[in-house]
Amino acid sequence: MTAPYSEPDPHFRRQWHRKHLLGLQDLTAEEINLILDQAAAFKAMAAEGVTKTKWLMGTVVANLFFEPSTRTRTSFSLAAKRLSADTVDFSAAGSSLSKGETFIDTARTIEAMGVSQVVVRHQTPGAPHILAKELDAGVLNAGDGTHEHPTQGLLDIFTIREKLGSLEGKTVTLVGDIRHSRVARSNIWGLKKLGARVIVCGPATLIPSQIEELGVEVATDFDSIVPECDCINLLRVQFERQRGAFFPSIREYAHLFGMNGDRLRRAKQDVLILAPGPINRGVEITPEVADGPHSAILDQVTNGLLIRMACLYLLSGWNSN
Amino acid sequence: MTRLLIHSGRVIDPARGFDQPANVLIENGVITEIGDNIGPGDREIDASGCIVCPGFIDTHVAFREPGTEDDESVASGTAAALAGGFTSVACLPDTSPVVDNRASAEFLLLQAGRANNCRVFPLGAVTKNHEGQELAEIGQLLEGGAVAFTDAKRPIANAEIMRRALEYTAMFDRSIFEHPQVPEMAADGVMHEGYVSTLLGLRGIPAAAEHIMVSRDLSLAALTRGRLHLMSVSVRRSIQQIRDAKENQIQVTCDVTPHHLALTDVSLTEFDANYKVDPPLRSREHIAELIVGLKDGTVDAISSDHQPYTEESKTGEVDLAPAGIVGLETVLPICIRTLIEPNHLTWMELIAKLTVGPAKILQIDHGTLAVGAAADVTVFDPNEQWTIDPQAFHSHSRNTPFGGWEVRGRVKHVLVGGEVRFQLDPTQQETTHV
Repeated sequence: MTAPYSEPDPHFRRQWHRKHLLGLQDLTAEEINLILDQAAAFKAMAAEGVTKTKWLMGTVVANLFFEPSTRTRTSFSLAAKRLSADTVDFSAAGSSLSKGETFIDTARTIEAMGVSQVVVRHQTPGAPHILAKELDAGVLNAGDGTHEHPTQGLLDIFTIREKLGSLEGKTVTLVGDIRHSRVARSNIWGLKKLGARVIVCGPATLIPSQIEELGVEVATDFDSIVPECDCINLLRVQFERQRGAFFPSIREYAHLFGMNGDRLRRAKQDVLILAPGPINRGVEITPEVADGPHSAILDQVTNGLLIRMACLYLLSGWNSN
Repeated sequence: MTRLLIHSGRVIDPARGFDQPANVLIENGVITEIGDNIGPGDREIDASGCIVCPGFIDTHVAFREPGTEDDESVASGTAAALAGGFTSVACLPDTSPVVDNRASAEFLLLQAGRANNCRVFPLGAVTKNHEGQELAEIGQLLEGGAVAFTDAKRPIANAEIMRRALEYTAMFDRSIFEHPQVPEMAADGVMHEGYVSTLLGLRGIPAAAEHIMVSRDLSLAALTRGRLHLMSVSVRRSIQQIRDAKENQIQVTCDVTPHHLALTDVSLTEFDANYKVDPPLRSREHIAELIVGLKDGTVDAISSDHQPYTEESKTGEVDLAPAGIVGLETVLPICIRTLIEPNHLTWMELIAKLTVGPAKILQIDHGTLAVGAAADVTVFDPNEQWTIDPQAFHSHSRNTPFGGWEVRGRVKHVLVGGEVRFQLDPTQQETTHV
């Protein structure tokens, strides 16, 4: 029987040289693969019953969530604990921010408690980039406004690679609110770097300017592209980020862009369905698809934990080699 | 009678098409002679290697007094103006309270008099409290010293109110200064809408938000025969429309800012709020047309659009930070870098955009070195190299994206009404020349 504590093989960590993870735009294909491989190694260890390592023992990871989150926050917190780090959780609600403190001062205060890595979720694009300049701690972007959500992008890519074998030449379609989606931006960077063909699809009002320049194809007719897709990633409509009406009704959105049984039957036989969640059942995806055999939604959640473990672990050793 | 002689400089006065080595004699605050063989003076300024020109004039700057003097006061703002070579500035009325009545305009002039730096010309509000609903007391504001009318950075959204404003101010033959932007299209916008905003996930302001408003305002100016001045124009199609309007005898003028010439939307990639301005920094294609507009006369003036903010309000989240930069002290070197060094404009053309051009827009009797004119004079060394240091600014605020830039062109002396009101501290002078 394997011991519950084990040291990971430092092979991947020796090749990692970054202190911060701010977005997938910055990473090379090699760096993305390094994270995916490290996550796969953690998955293999878990399959053998190793649920915890001591690698981050004695370090403190702070979760600074200036914007509400359930799954990302829980995932990061559990990932840190699996690596034996102590964790500090911060939420904006009821904090000194409501007394007028700036988010930089709040972060500095928490960092002063001996924090070595800071996980930041913030409603403003670029907030983690600002903290990366202001703090000594390593900064992991857990979602900044409508900019990037790199660990979500990595876990989506990890899940596709796990299910389809490789990204190279695969057609991945992101459907939904591309304009307000940080998940879309991180996915696009990562998927393109690993050789996938990427289509973004949604109402024209939710497709941002000049997105073609990122190397993606744009479609507004979901039905016409469904048969081409190896993977369909259904992004949530970000009602909370929108100002004004971008489409006439939820019913019309679901009619034109929702993934349902009819569309699934016209898709490739082994099409992979992803949804970063939280999902709006009956809007982006019907229950029969969400709970059906093509869906990897719960695998994404499991893989998210492994990806975050991999990121915390690799980044903690950024200058140790 | 004191005779002040500025000698050995290259005198450029675009109002008269004058450009040659000459001496300038000033007596009792007035220019009395320009020529080769004048002198000596009771006091002399050696302008060897320098350009001697009319004092610069800015069509719109924001001084935050009354209301938020931590950002800027009339005293600090006018000191910054002098350091940048400006002898006259027109102040936006978006203070707290708003300059929408005669007493507010007179207060501004009182504070300017106390500061005793450069000349200050109030801009009055178009609508009461900038609410866009009822016209302000425009006639009384004129009597209080206002030279033109604007709701500053709040566009006049209601076309009927704008129409009435243009009709009403036409009675006095004064301009409405408009920030041309469709408010609904720009709401909560942080930067230019395009590839870079898509990349960064920052909310964009499309170029159309500007040129749609320019189009509306030009139509209203044609309808009313009012005077329209479009501030800080930043979009290619705006320039094209203004060019056409001028050919059709519509009374329209416009200005551009140095930062819209020097920087693009790519600057926001660092998420530094010092690059957040209103209108936003645009892409290269727009800048190219602004330069064409400067060359062919479509653009009448260059304005700093001085917008001071304390460091704490500009540090932090880029979408929460206010838009604007302090501009008065960096106009000259940034214009040299963007317009003179690439040979887009001659010295005569550039100085015209900083002197006679804005004087005509404001309809003030300044901006020339003609004999008999008030001696508002700027002397600058066009070749001195220096490094922009925000900590050395005279402004209360430091919100500039140009800190650390190696530039050339430095203001040495500034005279207002014949008095030397600014002289570069010799310890700040560098000897490097290019």
